[in-house]
Amino acid sequence: MGQRAFLCGNEAVAEGVRLSAPHVIAAYPITPQTVVVERLAEMVEDGSVKAEFMHVESEHSALSASMGASAVGARTFSSTSSQGLVYMAECLHYASGGRFPIVMMNANRSLALPWSIYGDHRDSMSLLDCGWIQVYTEDAQESLDMVLQAYAIAEHPEVLTPVMINLDGFVLTHTYELVDIPAWEQAREFLPPYETVNKLDFDAPKNMAFSSNPGNNLEFKLRQHRGMLRAKELIAETDGRFQAIFGRSYGGLTEAYRCDDAELIVVSVGSVTGTCRTVADELRNEGWKVGVLKIRFMRPFPEEEIIAALRNAKAVAVLDKDISFGYEGTVFTNVNSALSKAGAEILKLNFIGGLGGRDISKDHIREMYRRLQDGLDGIAQENVQYLGLGVAIDERG
Amino acid sequence: MSVVNKVRINARTITDKEFFYGHKACAGCGGSLAVRHILKVLGERTFTVLPAGCMSAVGFNFPQLCFDSNAIISTFAGTASMMSGIAAGARALGLKDYHVVGIAGDGGTADIGLQALSGAIDRREKVIYICYDNEAYMNTGIQKSGLTPFGARTTTTPAGENIKGTVTTKKNMFEIVAAHGIDYAATASVGYIQDFINKIQKASEVDGTSYIHVYAPCPTGWGTETDVTIDLAKEVVDTGLWVLAEYENGEFRLNRNPKSFAPVENYVRRQGRFKHLEDEDITAIMQARDAKWEQIRTSWKLK
Repeated sequence: MGQRAFLCGNEAVAEGVRLSAPHVIAAYPITPQTVVVERLAEMVEDGSVKAEFMHVESEHSALSASMGASAVGARTFSSTSSQGLVYMAECLHYASGGRFPIVMMNANRSLALPWSIYGDHRDSMSLLDCGWIQVYTEDAQESLDMVLQAYAIAEHPEVLTPVMINLDGFVLTHTYELVDIPAWEQAREFLPPYETVNKLDFDAPKNMAFSSNPGNNLEFKLRQHRGMLRAKELIAETDGRFQAIFGRSYGGLTEAYRCDDAELIVVSVGSVTGTCRTVADELRNEGWKVGVLKIRFMRPFPEEEIIAALRNAKAVAVLDKDISFGYEGTVFTNVNSALSKAGAEILKLNFIGGLGGRDISKDHIREMYRRLQDGLDGIAQENVQYLGLGVAIDERG
Repeated sequence: MSVVNKVRINARTITDKEFFYGHKACAGCGGSLAVRHILKVLGERTFTVLPAGCMSAVGFNFPQLCFDSNAIISTFAGTASMMSGIAAGARALGLKDYHVVGIAGDGGTADIGLQALSGAIDRREKVIYICYDNEAYMNTGIQKSGLTPFGARTTTTPAGENIKGTVTTKKNMFEIVAAHGIDYAATASVGYIQDFINKIQKASEVDGTSYIHVYAPCPTGWGTETDVTIDLAKEVVDTGLWVLAEYENGEFRLNRNPKSFAPVENYVRRQGRFKHLEDEDITAIMQARDAKWEQIRTSWKLK
């Protein structure tokens, strides 16, 4: 039997890691990720996790050590945030190219400068192309459950791709919720021990992480890409298998809320989705035909699901907690690309907000729906708009 | 952990088996000689980690993969951290009787990889870290590293009117690792191969972290003939410009204490990288050597 507990997101992830039975845990502390490694250290201490806990000297070493452990066939976990994630950027590419199925939690936090310990999506979105599967969770329960699902996806022999589980810093990592902790036996049924032939092995010695000449490089990268594409199918499949055992599901790559007949849809990522749903409910009560599409996985990108959910809408707003400087929000670029390929002739606006931990309120989300309606009513709209700009902006530039 | 091979290894008992062959190292490469000996001593139950550098470049180009035992390239900065991960993974999986060795160049050790090496020693990982020191970033085209000696010309320390090559001196990696309280550290040279073999074997028996710094001449980078590698690697020790020593139980021990030094002039003048040096530069090199030996002979155990 499982049990229920009052846990913050970090602690929920630690429970998920415990239930995944990792061999090696290597992480370097950074706010707001620290609690997950503290809890895991306690679990190793009290024997509830039988893993090697490595005290590494940097995030670069955390992931480098994780790759070493993974290379001998060990199940490994790491976690980081913000500056730490970008400090390990080299290793992120290395891990995906080496097909090491590492699972790592990232506490989404703004990047310096200006220094900020609070949340936005600049860290992970700027590494969208590092070859990792990227999932964004909405609450502590989903965070715990995704650790188990992440190993199942990452370690699949046709995927062999690392997974980054993103939790909004503080909003998810530090907020306490009632969480169902699955039973150990159920977790084992869902996630058996990691077996692979892709490892350094005395019975079949290998050279790993080698160079390739120009005549082979594309072929290796294409195989890597296909592994990621294969994950697309497996994510929904894995979620279904998870539901059969644990009775909970997350809908795979995206989750559409009241989108079927919606004319105005807000596309969101991560914890702000809950606020979006509340606003959508309120507006529905007022007679508006609105919906919310949550993108759970940014890589592999759920192009088909997004097209299916949005193509019958009249207008779509994409909410980004990120700026790709010199262009627009990264989520918007991706969603816009999918819709354009599908030939969907609808109004698409990008709203950027929540940077450096700034609150995104219900009013802001109402404003997004209102702007979409204004656009449909012929009132000119900027393609990229900023939510709740403060007084610090000097319009003289 | 029990040790794979208890037999003392020497010229008669060393294995004929090659663990590193078919590689593309330059003729006369001291680094590849070091790698061959390291792997012969440690044997087939060895996990080898090499960062970006000469030995990974000449040995790991798919489909020509030149290691006959388990080997992996790490990130440039990540030799010691990847070794640590392998050691932790192997422990967690219950593997027995194996070695984890990292073989990195001077730049990968003394510059970009120093943080990870420090971390591994701090954790007392049971790993063997070997730095093959050819005194510059040779794989990228002979640029100055933290272990390039005073006076040496490199492509980033040209010898001209204003600068006479490298103006800094070698970081003292041996004493840097010793300052961590490492379980075992040693210096060696491919010119004194039995001494090097003994130290590899000793390192493999240490219950903790060990570090060996082996001097490995590079004909391409140094501007020397390909058949003088061993001569140079002996001469550097005989001139007193490199010492053979060990650090164990908190003490430094000198393995070779020459009564008199071979002439520095001969060693320097046969290398293209030092061609521009003037007599007073050589005098300065000898003075620095003498000062170091004064300190060694007063504070280290002699043999």
